[in-house]
Amino acid sequence: MNAKTADKVATGVIYAIAASVALVLVAMLAFILARGLPHLSWHFLTGAARSFEAGGGIGVQLFNSFYLLILAMLISFPIALGAAMYLNEYAKPSLFISIIRTAIEVMSSLPSVVVGLFSFLIFVVKFHFGFSILSGAIALTIFNLPILTRSIETSLSQIPNLQREAGAALGLSRFETVIHIILPAAVPSIVTGVVISAGRVFGEAAALIYTAGQSAPTLDFGDWNPFNLASPLSPFRPAETLAVHIWKINSEGIMPDLSAVSAGASAVLIIVVLLFNFSARRLGTLLYKKLTNS
Amino acid sequence: MQRSHRGSIITTLVVVFIGALLVFAYQTRDKNGNNAPITAVGSTALQPLVEAAGEDFQKTHPGVSVTVQGGGSGTGLSQIAQGAVSLGNSDLYAEEKKGIDSKKIVDHRVAVVGIMPIVNKNVGVNNLTLSQLTDIFTGKITNWKQVGGNDQKIVLVNRAAGSGTRAAFEKWAMGGKTSKEAQEQDSSGMVKSIVQSTPGAISYVAFAYKSNDVTTVSVNGVAPIDANVENGTYPIWSYEHIYTKGKPTGDTAKFLEYMNSADFQKKYVKKLGYISMYNMQIDRDLNGRITRK
Amino acid sequence: MDLITEKIKKTSLSTKQDRFGKAISISALILIAAIVVLIFGFVITRGMATFTSDKVSVSEFLFGTHWNPSVVNKATGKPDVGALPLITGSLAVTFLAAIIATPFAIGTAVFMTEIAEKRGAKIMQPVIELLVGIPSVVYGVIGLTVVVPAVRSVFGGTGLGILSGTVVLFVMILPTVTSMTVDTLKGVPRHYRESALAIGATRWQMIYKVVLRAATPGILTAIVFGMARAFGEALAVQMVIGNAANMPDSLVSPAATLTSVLTMGIGNTVMGSLQNNVLWSLAMILLLMSLLFNILIRFIGNKGAMK
Repeated sequence: MNAKTADKVATGVIYAIAASVALVLVAMLAFILARGLPHLSWHFLTGAARSFEAGGGIGVQLFNSFYLLILAMLISFPIALGAAMYLNEYAKPSLFISIIRTAIEVMSSLPSVVVGLFSFLIFVVKFHFGFSILSGAIALTIFNLPILTRSIETSLSQIPNLQREAGAALGLSRFETVIHIILPAAVPSIVTGVVISAGRVFGEAAALIYTAGQSAPTLDFGDWNPFNLASPLSPFRPAETLAVHIWKINSEGIMPDLSAVSAGASAVLIIVVLLFNFSARRLGTLLYKKLTNS
Repeated sequence: MQRSHRGSIITTLVVVFIGALLVFAYQTRDKNGNNAPITAVGSTALQPLVEAAGEDFQKTHPGVSVTVQGGGSGTGLSQIAQGAVSLGNSDLYAEEKKGIDSKKIVDHRVAVVGIMPIVNKNVGVNNLTLSQLTDIFTGKITNWKQVGGNDQKIVLVNRAAGSGTRAAFEKWAMGGKTSKEAQEQDSSGMVKSIVQSTPGAISYVAFAYKSNDVTTVSVNGVAPIDANVENGTYPIWSYEHIYTKGKPTGDTAKFLEYMNSADFQKKYVKKLGYISMYNMQIDRDLNGRITRK
Repeated sequence: MDLITEKIKKTSLSTKQDRFGKAISISALILIAAIVVLIFGFVITRGMATFTSDKVSVSEFLFGTHWNPSVVNKATGKPDVGALPLITGSLAVTFLAAIIATPFAIGTAVFMTEIAEKRGAKIMQPVIELLVGIPSVVYGVIGLTVVVPAVRSVFGGTGLGILSGTVVLFVMILPTVTSMTVDTLKGVPRHYRESALAIGATRWQMIYKVVLRAATPGILTAIVFGMARAFGEALAVQMVIGNAANMPDSLVSPAATLTSVLTMGIGNTVMGSLQNNVLWSLAMILLLMSLLFNILIRFIGNKGAMK
């Protein structure tokens, strides 16, 4: 076979592979949405969950998922950014750095149930945070840090060294170069990384079962004082998220419309991740334009 | 540098503003609602019942908050033994669980749960004796035709080792024998859907999971219904336990009292698929001794 | 001392800023390191209790073929805690899923970066990112409603088993591996491609001989990441693998993995008991194995890198 034929064959194979992957993914989405969309209604999206009667909604769970995601991201993003900055901009190859890199990778493969139990024994029990959003956010942070650090580091490493040299040539300190040149240039891919990890955090269940808990007490949406237990903003209340809710009703649910609620909730989860994804992508491009003045 | 100065001033202002908001919020917080909450942890099977009780209890006792979590009977028992929570929910007597000092904790039985064998719809069996059940689960009987069904291999589906349902099934249906190694599922919901979809499958779930998708099997000719458990003719059932560390006090005591009140037991227990303590005509202790009430 | 020497000798504003940046970023790194150390220490102390306080021998644990810690084995007077069936199960699903996923991931990534740069990326990128976000519970439900019946109708039996687990994991890790491979391929400098084309290589020769070679370490890392995710995945696998702690004898009979046993058992056991300790030992194995993976691949990656 000569090189030209090989080229054609290989191109064909690659097209076929890409098409089949797209097909699998589309089929899965269609499956989830087709099962779930018919059950969606305003009442379902905002109503309270019912544990043993039909007609329950997922309002509180949906809110909890978002609140927890935001808190977890607020905690983990600065830490991950700092760590990634050090790894990519300051660190010189050394045994210490290599050990830390390995540790981060190993940590990212830690089963989330272990993270959950660890956080349960340390934060819920030892530190008396109880089953709360706070404990959940910390567990999610632990779960999220390695993934986020790694993805930010990759984003930073893709910025050509030319940019750093240019910064140095202008007499900027390395820190200024990173803050004013490298980070803005890396924003779109950092945002993508954040979105991907946010998606994983949003769908995470195992790490939250033992930390944020599996019950969603009724919230008083008129009370936004974070120091009241019934307030939606209180970090000290237990909070069942959407993913945990799906897991719970699939395993122990006894309501008659169980499969409908489960399918509907799964569809909502997917749609939220989808919306999130698209808006964040747009945000990334906007930020890029603004920060680099291009 | 001008721009970054402006940036830092804005940042400072925002931080100060948020800080001031938090202080204001802390000052104006609702001081009644923040008593130490009653936390219950443990059995996932018992969780919905305690949750329902908690919701009602909070309505009648403003200022008390009840938090209910799952985590499994083992978690419930270890947490209550350490005193980390106020209530430990369990499907089992603490004595039946290895590694728990049952003397330190006090048992409160709050409901009865019946457990029924279920089989796939196509096996052609709807009654089994206890000894047949034992032989099936220990692997002596491997084909449905040996117990009068169709010619089909038996597929065992167990609950996870250590789960309350499995312990109760092995104790009351199999006379304390342990089941053959077979596939295990984590939850009743999963068990039901696997039995429903797998030809020749048999398993067991609580009465609450009764459905038309699977065949419910009578035991020794006695149908698994509430009335038969209540009068003592149906053998496979267990108590649901809530444990406290030492004698319960204060709000916790009131809450347990509420759970055992006729009012609550009538209103919710049946609805959630459990059997009310008030309807039981018999009492069974840890060793299986049955006394008529 | 005049003003200029003083000014030169004094630490400049830039140096101060740089120190500040370095301090902040290293403290973040140290925080992560501390968390890792804490988790490692925690899991290992818990996991070692099986061997220290329950006196189970390490070889019995690693090579025993019977797993049934909740029951005392009448022959030995001790519960069976041989984790080999679980280790085998975990390794089997992980490697099989990675083997299937790798060509698909590389193919898709090449499609997105080399063949249909604009259009391919525009279509595939969002889909792949979206799929990373699908929670494992949903994958499990799909596996149970689609994959398991399909396997059952083709191979008979219950349909639950390593094969179903592999299929579900393959789909789960595909987006992770693909998107990381895409990042790596994008990181291959443009002049590599231009040089290859300039000396008369076809596109495929350029991809195969230059781009993929240059990206090998990165692709390996992507695969390890995928494998790590597969190895640590609990909920979805648990739903489709059947959870029978026997030595797997075929791809379509129920088996169990380390994670499935761990998640199922941890709530049902009492802290500090043998039954609970062995589960932490499983977590420890999980940790040590992914450590091993990592070191191994790093080694291969260093060797295989095009210098």
